[in-house]
Amino acid sequence: MSSHDYEAVIGLEAHVQLGTVTKIFSISSAAFGGEPNRHTDPVCLGLPGALPVLNRRAVDMAVRLGLATGSRIRSRCRFARKHYFYPDLPKGFQISQYDEPLCEGGVVTFRLDGEVKQVRLVRIHMEDDAGKNIHDPSGVSFVDYNRAGVPLCEMVSEPDIRSADEAAEYLRAIRTLVRYLGISDGNMEEGSLRCDANVSIRPRGESKLGTKTELKNINSFKNVRDAIEHEIARQKLLCGRGEAVVQETRLWDPDHGISATMRSKEEAHDYRYFPEPDLPPVVVDETWLAAARAALPELPEARHARFLGLGLSAQDASVLVAERQIGDYFDQALAAARALPKKIANWVINEVLARVADARQLTDEDVPVPPAALAELVDLVEKGTLSGKLGKEVFGRMWQERRRAGDIVAAESVSLVSDSAVIEAACRRVVERSPDEVARFRAGNAKLLGFFVGNVMKETGGKANPKIVNEILRKLLA
Amino acid sequence: MASHVRGLPLVAQAEGVAAGQWKSRDLVEAYLDRIARLDKRIGAFLLVDVEGARRKADIIDKRIAAGESLGPLAGVPVGLKDIFVTKGIETTAGSKILKGFVPPYESTATARLEAAGAVSLGKLNLDEFAMGSSNENSAYHPVRNPWDLERVPGGSSGGSAAAVAASLCAGTLGTDTGGSIRQPASLCGVVGVKPTYGRVSRYGVIAFASSLDHPGPFGRTVEDAAALLEVIAGHDPMDSTSIPQPAGRYRQASRAGLSGMRLGVPKEYFQAGMDAEVEAAVRAALDELGRLGARLVPVSLPHTKYAIATYYLICTAEASSNLARYDGVRYGHRTAEASSLEELYGKTRGEGFGAESKRRIVLGTYVLRAGYYEAYYGKALRVRRLIADDFVAAFQQCDALVTPTSPTPAFKLGERASDPLQMYLADIYTVAPPLAGVPALSQCCGFTKSGLPIGLQTIGPALGEEAVFRVAGAYEAATDWHRRLPEDPA
Amino acid sequence: MPRINPQEVREIAILARLRLGDAEILRLTHELDGILGYIETVQALDTGAVEPMTHAVPFDCPMRADELGQSLTVEQALANAPRRRESSFEVPRIVPGTGVA
Repeated sequence: MSSHDYEAVIGLEAHVQLGTVTKIFSISSAAFGGEPNRHTDPVCLGLPGALPVLNRRAVDMAVRLGLATGSRIRSRCRFARKHYFYPDLPKGFQISQYDEPLCEGGVVTFRLDGEVKQVRLVRIHMEDDAGKNIHDPSGVSFVDYNRAGVPLCEMVSEPDIRSADEAAEYLRAIRTLVRYLGISDGNMEEGSLRCDANVSIRPRGESKLGTKTELKNINSFKNVRDAIEHEIARQKLLCGRGEAVVQETRLWDPDHGISATMRSKEEAHDYRYFPEPDLPPVVVDETWLAAARAALPELPEARHARFLGLGLSAQDASVLVAERQIGDYFDQALAAARALPKKIANWVINEVLARVADARQLTDEDVPVPPAALAELVDLVEKGTLSGKLGKEVFGRMWQERRRAGDIVAAESVSLVSDSAVIEAACRRVVERSPDEVARFRAGNAKLLGFFVGNVMKETGGKANPKIVNEILRKLLA
Repeated sequence: MASHVRGLPLVAQAEGVAAGQWKSRDLVEAYLDRIARLDKRIGAFLLVDVEGARRKADIIDKRIAAGESLGPLAGVPVGLKDIFVTKGIETTAGSKILKGFVPPYESTATARLEAAGAVSLGKLNLDEFAMGSSNENSAYHPVRNPWDLERVPGGSSGGSAAAVAASLCAGTLGTDTGGSIRQPASLCGVVGVKPTYGRVSRYGVIAFASSLDHPGPFGRTVEDAAALLEVIAGHDPMDSTSIPQPAGRYRQASRAGLSGMRLGVPKEYFQAGMDAEVEAAVRAALDELGRLGARLVPVSLPHTKYAIATYYLICTAEASSNLARYDGVRYGHRTAEASSLEELYGKTRGEGFGAESKRRIVLGTYVLRAGYYEAYYGKALRVRRLIADDFVAAFQQCDALVTPTSPTPAFKLGERASDPLQMYLADIYTVAPPLAGVPALSQCCGFTKSGLPIGLQTIGPALGEEAVFRVAGAYEAATDWHRRLPEDPA
Repeated sequence: MPRINPQEVREIAILARLRLGDAEILRLTHELDGILGYIETVQALDTGAVEPMTHAVPFDCPMRADELGQSLTVEQALANAPRRRESSFEVPRIVPGTGVA
């Protein structure tokens, strides 16, 4: 069989750090970074005698994630202890969920190359994060427990993913979703979104799953794609040679672009799960669910569909839904403008997004050009008060000087010259000094109209209303 | 003063201090003197906080002299089982693996004692991580029974029981997981109370088996224990299994009498294997309770025979988990040389844990392994429910149960050390109440011919501490076993 | 037939990160065999429809507000560390992906 006769089957385990103020089971700060061991308390440090107390906001965030993915939220879920030894794990166990997780089922929807993809979820459960091991070249390692106890949601997908690109896009969709929900910044660089991948291949048309490997340490969108692509190729190569894929956990080495065996199936963990005796079952009642449901924002997929309905292209819609704040900005500008959605979208995508460092700042109070100001500018352009070119210039100044378009236009007479007499004078000057071009135009070279228009614009400092310029030139050159 | 504190109830000391009759400092000095003279032979203390106790006593005395009204235990010298985490004071859980550990925080129960004005004399000996029934599992030294220094005080709170029996503290705190308060109370002839699960916060109590650990008090008298419990009980937001209801009025209950109460006598607690003298003393106590106005009702707790197996399945599983944090990284013992993580963990834990801890870690790990869970731990959780249901059913017919606490009086040091199973089987009467989470108390109900105390256990329904205190208080008021004191060792 | 053999005890000791000597392994095997034999009495009991009792309290998990409390200082966090460097706990070299079994 050639390598094209195989398809990849991929499932992802995504870990989302929840953006609470404090840790999931204790009162120290969940903030990222800082001096090592600056954010600890007896609980997250695993001191003898310390006991966990659940952070309600962490549960609420997990509930929102569950609702947003259409998961079934258990009215009664449980925490369980998951045991293993590692220096960054202070208690010798992680407080996770096992057979009674908060959320079961659900689906993540996203678009890849214009096509709608759906990846089903097995479950979403809550757990506490581990600290951080720091590998020092001196031959010892160091441990920092600032991260220990930060709340995590683990999202386990069904093996519905068929390519490395799809995996990366799925993960992006999760990032977008958690940002919409305001429950995480989904930042892979800072580890607030992490992922492991289960990868197998099988002959096309086969419904049985092949032997899978688990890839760890794939903590950027690029790593996700690279590692999975590499693993698919590796498995195809093995199968091509008639060798079996071995069930194992492999560690991705992004520096060298390879993976290596971390542990075999035989060495697999025996986590010895049992119900966490320090935490009774967690109850999420109907009142809580209803409140969480009511507080859900418009989600990326719904918004995408709505934007298509406004006449936007799929590509523009994708850009506008990429961050909640972009769409919010667009919607606010649209509400304030008379211009068509398509026009507003162009301005947002080409001008606004080009200037903002992080699109998530677009709805900040101090954004240089608030949505209403953009709406005003777009309407001036649509009305013909400003040319497109002039409008862009004005936008640049609005952004820099934090002024409204109307102010700039009024104070500095940057508005278009629509006075036909002024324009006609400029047109005559251009026509008179260009006899050759006039002759060639009259001989049929219609393209030369652009030459005349350009020169008139130069004459008027770009302020002539292009519509009127065109009309007058056509009359003079006829 | 020094001779005066011998046998002096805690409640009387608190009243004396509050009335200005005694200074807290004098009480503290009296106990420190006794500890200095006697504890070499008994071994109840792991740490005596001489300076801290004096300092706190002086502060109490000053405040009383200034006319301040202080807490109900103001000035009373107490001792703490060394499983309660104490801020700034070494806490070892009787284990080498925690040698030198100085906690940066304080347990809720000990903080409440201190807020009530009690003065801690120090930390009391115990079986390592509260695992044992004889105190021979202390990594530091065994505790001897003040009634017979050749014998064990019981465990795991052996230091707490012996310290009260030998008048080395006015009262103490212990923990009970399968009998660790009641059995040593029985063997040392003092009062020990295991309240309802969740009644006293576990925050800052070093965990042995989280779903079974019950902190509780020891006193010379029922009222002493009640006074301590009133202070340490009550809701604590730091413990997610802490009962929301406020503490009851246990001292009042202990004086309320028991007339009209129905006392259940479970037949399963009076079967073969009991020492004849123990049985005779307990039956005599039942007769006494009948004379005092209680109606004795025969009841059955049919799943009693499964209690020990259930208990050891659950407690070892939870212990293997709770003891996973001792890895030599953040605190406690760490092996001298380790070139890899494997070595760090294996050697640190191999060196740091004693034989009983290792036994329970291995057993607990075994029963939680993939594929074994349902047959062992899962099964135990279901049987636990049946055992708890037995109590619910029994309390339909009675207000409290009365049983022996331990099938035998204190045994000799080393006598059972070589056979862990025989040691476990001696917990027969004490393991079921913690499985059910119901409150139980042990008090002295007689002595063997050789002068060893015998314990009577009263068990109440969940949140029914008052019923337990009524029975125990009435029995104590009608008898004088609690007035007997062991001779001070030479 | 014994319920547990020394090899199993050795495996469990590795899982529990307990370095045990051969004599300790043999003694434990013998003791655990006896204890397991006793413990197996519960397996005769029919518990089919019985709900497992995971907690001895009847209420649901309490939850707290997401509010900062008093955290430990770096010095308090590290005060008991057997080995530290600056603000971190020190452990032997961790080879990524190892040490977890």
